[in-house]
Amino acid sequence: MTNHWIDLKNSDCILIMGSNAAENHPISFKYVTQAMQNGAKLISVDPRFTRTSARADFYTALRSGTDIAFLGGMINYILKNNLYNKEYTAAYTNAPFIVGKSYGFKDGLFSGYTKGKPEAGPSLGGYDKSQWAFEMDENKVPMMDRSLENERCVFQLLKKHYSRYTPDMVSKITGTSEADLINVYKTFAETGAKGKAGTIMYAMGWTQHTVGTQIIRTMAIVQLLLGNMGIAGGGVNALRGESNVQGSTDHCLLWHIWPGYLKTPSASKDSLSVYNASATPKSYDSLSANWWQNYPKYSVSLLKSFFGEQATQANDFGYNWLPKVDDGKAYSWFDLFDKMFDEKIKGFFAWGQNPACSGSNAGKIRKALEKLEWMVNVNLFDNETGSFWQGPGVDPTKVKTEVFMLPASVSVEKEGSITNSGRWMQWRYQGPKPMGDSRPDGDIILELGHKIKELYHKDGVLAEPILNLKWDYDTNGAYDPHKVAKEINGYFLKDITIKDKLYKKGTLVPSFAFLQADGSTSSGNWLYCNSYTEKGNMSARRSDKDAVNNIGLYPEFAWCWPVNRRIIYNRASVDPKGQPWDKDQWVIKFEGEQKDGKWVSNKWTGDVPDGGWYPLENPDGSKREDSKYPFIMRKHGHGQIFGPGRADGPFPEHYEPLECPVEKNFLNPQRVNPTAVVYSSSEDSHATCDPRFPFVGTTYRVSEHWQTGLMTRPQPWLMELQPQMFVEMSEELAKLKGIKNGERVKVTSARASVECTAVVTKRFKPFNIGGNLVHQVGVPWHFGWRWPSTGAEESANLLTPPAGDPNTRIPETKAFMVNVIKL
Amino acid sequence: MAKAFFIDTTLCTACRGCQVACKQWHDLPAEITTNRGTFQNPADLTFSTYKLVRMTEEVIDKKLTWLFFPDQCRHCIEAPCLETAENSDAIYRDEDTGAILYTIKTKELDAESIISSCPYNIPRKAEDGTISKCDMCNDRVHNGLKPACVATCPTGTMNFGEREEMLALGEKRLAEVKEKFPNASLLDTDEVNVIYLVTHDSRLYHEYAMAPQSRKSGISRKVALRKMMKPFASLMRV
Repeated sequence: MTNHWIDLKNSDCILIMGSNAAENHPISFKYVTQAMQNGAKLISVDPRFTRTSARADFYTALRSGTDIAFLGGMINYILKNNLYNKEYTAAYTNAPFIVGKSYGFKDGLFSGYTKGKPEAGPSLGGYDKSQWAFEMDENKVPMMDRSLENERCVFQLLKKHYSRYTPDMVSKITGTSEADLINVYKTFAETGAKGKAGTIMYAMGWTQHTVGTQIIRTMAIVQLLLGNMGIAGGGVNALRGESNVQGSTDHCLLWHIWPGYLKTPSASKDSLSVYNASATPKSYDSLSANWWQNYPKYSVSLLKSFFGEQATQANDFGYNWLPKVDDGKAYSWFDLFDKMFDEKIKGFFAWGQNPACSGSNAGKIRKALEKLEWMVNVNLFDNETGSFWQGPGVDPTKVKTEVFMLPASVSVEKEGSITNSGRWMQWRYQGPKPMGDSRPDGDIILELGHKIKELYHKDGVLAEPILNLKWDYDTNGAYDPHKVAKEINGYFLKDITIKDKLYKKGTLVPSFAFLQADGSTSSGNWLYCNSYTEKGNMSARRSDKDAVNNIGLYPEFAWCWPVNRRIIYNRASVDPKGQPWDKDQWVIKFEGEQKDGKWVSNKWTGDVPDGGWYPLENPDGSKREDSKYPFIMRKHGHGQIFGPGRADGPFPEHYEPLECPVEKNFLNPQRVNPTAVVYSSSEDSHATCDPRFPFVGTTYRVSEHWQTGLMTRPQPWLMELQPQMFVEMSEELAKLKGIKNGERVKVTSARASVECTAVVTKRFKPFNIGGNLVHQVGVPWHFGWRWPSTGAEESANLLTPPAGDPNTRIPETKAFMVNVIKL
Repeated sequence: MAKAFFIDTTLCTACRGCQVACKQWHDLPAEITTNRGTFQNPADLTFSTYKLVRMTEEVIDKKLTWLFFPDQCRHCIEAPCLETAENSDAIYRDEDTGAILYTIKTKELDAESIISSCPYNIPRKAEDGTISKCDMCNDRVHNGLKPACVATCPTGTMNFGEREEMLALGEKRLAEVKEKFPNASLLDTDEVNVIYLVTHDSRLYHEYAMAPQSRKSGISRKVALRKMMKPFASLMRV
């Protein structure tokens, strides 16, 4: 979330699309409800009428996988009707930037495309992104036209690109009526007015598509045009599906990032200087903070944290000890199981996860597990992954994989932190002691590290990286979460004087502005530097005192990255003179003294500002040279309407899901994202416009279960509420197939078939897609054969496709094709 | 002064946290259920299900609505079950809280007459004839806690406090909600200590959301007779 949970209450219009917050983030509705009681409008857009829709002021449906068309239509509506926030768009976004002449868009392809030549890993094709570069002036600063009139400026290109997204066209693709589209567009676009805030709550309904990243980009463009970024009650807000997904992502859950969103090095980056140079953007614009210019401070501090005293300037701080990914290869979830299926991986730790039920095309994953020599399952209970060898259709005598089960403690049995969707790091204390032989994950991994070091010490091959790893997180022989939290924050490793103040060796670094690239500081994650300082564990704070602006920031409750800034990009919440667009619900404001129409002292109040520089303009309107643009994490300091860094294009374009019910994309000749990730082993089938699978399928969660159901399916009170795998379908489809409400049916896809109970409901309606009637069904993905003991309730992910987004390689589980068959 | 619930169905998301919290606090066993083609489960209140979120899909004025009704005992001001039982060892009112409470002695009562006396169709009997229903989490309330269902509710649907306070909250919310839903109403405010705010005809939510008109116009003849006899009857018991 760019904002945070409580901040939802400040919104004037909440769009819930790509998520089902009432069901899957029930507590969020505390704040949604507060916003509504203050007069906010709630819009729910979902293929199915949900418990969220039940509370909405306005609900409309769209066919799964057509969100870019829906939102592209909103961009068109905003631009055509001049509803964008002109001042904000011209001053803070890259709308004025002039795009180079090599950029183009024709027949559904941006310039620079090569089929079959992906950026990394299996995919349909890739782009030479250099063709999308901005025009630079003689000082290497992007050329801009703040009047937004230049025909090659981002704004004009945007206008042209989305002029094709007319209500008629969008309606044909999405199946949403034109009247409903206009109603949503109009209501949401009203938040473009100064003093109004619109927000979006999205989740996997947006991310899990072959165009997932671009769906979110489309909304980000809407939010930039309306001036909704950085303000209270605005932002782009991803609702995380687990309490600590934000934290684990921050600390490098994903293969392509290191802690704090640093880049995983590839083999061609054969020295620290080459690596740092490739990852450190350079801006020649003195008004651009270009925060990532500090990259080497963060990467070196991370290496110092990994290797301690062993990391020295002479050995590149141990950079060469770290494994590198091969250039052009991908190592995502999909790719790991692909390689495992291909017998390229011998051993596997399934740690706190259940891939046999959670991974798209789970049937392939289950087969891949059979090809391992060993697997260690670290979890609260045995699950479908740990027991794959005795799963449906598996002959245990033929499986050679040796499986070890390590029982882990549940969250309440251990101390540590979680970071929630709103980036709040919150310390939690141990409640009951771990049950039986179970141990906290930290203890397990710490001891594992010690044992591995022991083995490497004896006769390790290439032992240096392991032996040099700093591994001192025990206190009295047990894992110490405080030591880890302090390591993540970082230490001064020698006495240093910064701005006339001496910081002693061994003390904690107060914030990331103090981190150094010379090895004199450590930090396990620069974004968390400031979370555990000499003043104490900031995440353990529990003050209910609000900030001066009284908008629910609660700055002394827990701690939030970066540097306790509760709303990021908040310098876009003020005008160039530093005064809030919204005088009532303001986030920050500049309160420096002025003399002769100029600011003469620097003082911000409210939230921690996104950089404490002077405002861009003096009270008399003159420009200041000591200021910085508000989007400090972007190289050029502006919010990116034009996003030349994405794998699939600088503007989002509608493409159909890999499996879709239409023979052509009504908007362009490319049916599927030309850079989509698609796998093709013997277990990776897919089918589009195939009469065997005529209905759109999607997966989702329900309030009563969690993820693959490991913690909820054994819970009788929850099973009482949602006892069985089900498929929801419209009354029309049920009639067509002769299916009665509550009877068992089979849902099949090109991958598998799963037995479900039919829930025939008015909450699904067939769509009119370009004159054809298209039916959609939905299945929850909480079940698995291991429990309930009948073994009849299986995972929906047996059905889901082997395809994903080229930027993130997230699977397309939210739109695929199925059939429903009466048993 | 009696305590009361105010249940604002306009805010309910049917997360059913209340339903589970009730089972957890009372340590009630789960029903063995199947999916019956609806999210609502169990199908009805039972001896070990005191609270049930009823879920109904209705097309009203061409618009689909999904109505949620967290059903539970209304802790009536003049409780017909209590009047019918005439046995304060089995059914009694806690005068401090207004909770209508059932004891193990309900086994000795004629369960059918108790159940049929309830205008809201709440009490349920076990195989051995014991009758049960929501007890207002009377133990929690006496210890300064809110009922489990209220404590767990994330949206403000479930509210609990002094009756006056809940009535005032109900009236305030009714006025607010009327702007969007002109047919909104508070149900049976004068008769019960569990006040529901609904936006549509109460029968769309649940057959027994409101007491049947016959009950409202007056208590049954049998109960009326007993009421008349009550001072005399209690004298006789002494």
